[in-house]
Amino acid sequence: MAEEESARLARIKANLRRRALIHDSIRDFFRGEGFLEVDTPLLTPAVAPEAYIAPFSVNGWYLCPSPEMHMKRLLAGGYGSMFQICHCFRKGERGSLHNPEFTMLEWYRHGANYLGIIEDTERLVLHVAASLGLGTTVGYRGREIALTPPWPRVTVRQAFLSAAGWDPVSHPDEGRFDADLVDRVMPALPADRPAVLADYPAAGAAMARLKAGDPLVAERAEVFIGGLELANAYSELTDAAELEGRFRAEMERRRAEGGPDLPMPRRFLDATASLPVCGGIALGVDRLVMLFCDAASIDEVMAFPRDWA
Amino acid sequence: MMEISEVARNTKLMIDGAPYTVEEVNFVKPGKGRAIYRLKLRNLFDGMAREITYHSGDRVEEVSVTSHEMQFLYEEGGHYVFMDNETFEQHTIDKKRIGPKALFLKEGITVSILIMHGRIIDVNLPKFVELAVTASAFTTKTDTVTAQQKMITLETGATVGVPAFVKEGDIIKVDTRTGTYVERTGTKK
Repeated sequence: MAEEESARLARIKANLRRRALIHDSIRDFFRGEGFLEVDTPLLTPAVAPEAYIAPFSVNGWYLCPSPEMHMKRLLAGGYGSMFQICHCFRKGERGSLHNPEFTMLEWYRHGANYLGIIEDTERLVLHVAASLGLGTTVGYRGREIALTPPWPRVTVRQAFLSAAGWDPVSHPDEGRFDADLVDRVMPALPADRPAVLADYPAAGAAMARLKAGDPLVAERAEVFIGGLELANAYSELTDAAELEGRFRAEMERRRAEGGPDLPMPRRFLDATASLPVCGGIALGVDRLVMLFCDAASIDEVMAFPRDWA
Repeated sequence: MMEISEVARNTKLMIDGAPYTVEEVNFVKPGKGRAIYRLKLRNLFDGMAREITYHSGDRVEEVSVTSHEMQFLYEEGGHYVFMDNETFEQHTIDKKRIGPKALFLKEGITVSILIMHGRIIDVNLPKFVELAVTASAFTTKTDTVTAQQKMITLETGATVGVPAFVKEGDIIKVDTRTGTYVERTGTKK
């Protein structure tokens, strides 16, 4: 074995051992909740069209950028609350918090909305902390973060008004949204607590349903801990026609950006008609492991990130 | 043109008419949002650092910059003449373009030269060069010279602060990045 590789593997061994414990702890939590563990394909003929998520294509098929559509097809088939830990693939995503192949934890709770899913997340993270022998705090990058629920919630509108000085809900500006989120809003989130950003502008609804009584925002929430964007939760949209309209809009945006065309995910849209009311979330397992290993880079919690694969 | 997502460390880019080397790519992306690429760049002409932010879908111009080992032959009419160690082709560069590094350029040494479109754009000296002291005991009252230090002149014309024991005819090792004395390595016979 090359010297460099063996030194690297020795250096991250404690992190990878801890990672295995975290995977066990996640499974233990969801079994305790009565969730079914499922296993959906990584190789798939269609993906959810999203403007800024580029799938890898393989002989006309795709490597799964998210297990969402298959899991919802199982939900539509009456499988009830479920979870999955699987690899996902997103082309071009590489940085200290990104690897083009990464591990996602996704779960759906039958009958829940996005806030119920955030409560699941609070309990899950505490459960993982406890199973690692930690109390209710975790030290990350020199800060002690108190994990005790409830985590502070702030609406996207409030967070942008106070940190960036504009309202992305009443005055949507997609050109500024992502840059201000990263440069202004995220740095202003509490450093010693997890934070929940809720109620995204309708333009960023993705597959979340719009809020009853406030259709300018979607029932979508994101969890941030220690500067890490950890998870993204929805009250799932169950209206197939509305979903198809959003997919078409995303396809248009992809085209405008010069991205390759994607097929319409017909089987998923057909199943959406039978999708029960549910909430769901995608949580980046690598980032959760980073948090509990006090790792600055995703490479420190992966056996073989891209540049070592 | 090249997609911004393909840019990596050491990629060479042409920006506003000047070649840059990419020293760092900082990738940031909200899960559902647009990727942001913060590039730390260095201008290959003047060495100045610069940061530019790009977004997914942006395209940049890659430029071919190649590195060649060359021997410094001589100076002639305000130009330096180098010979490629592999092809024996000769290349010249205006003395002014090399800057202060030229003070440590000794005939016969091998340097690494960056070529873009057939033109020399940078000369990289070895980190250390050994040069003979041609004039010593040069006294000065400037603050940089301590009681234990004195200024000497080297065979290439550079002046360097050295410990008092260094004398004319000694060979000393100089750090070309800082222009400072490292050690005495011998005496010229």
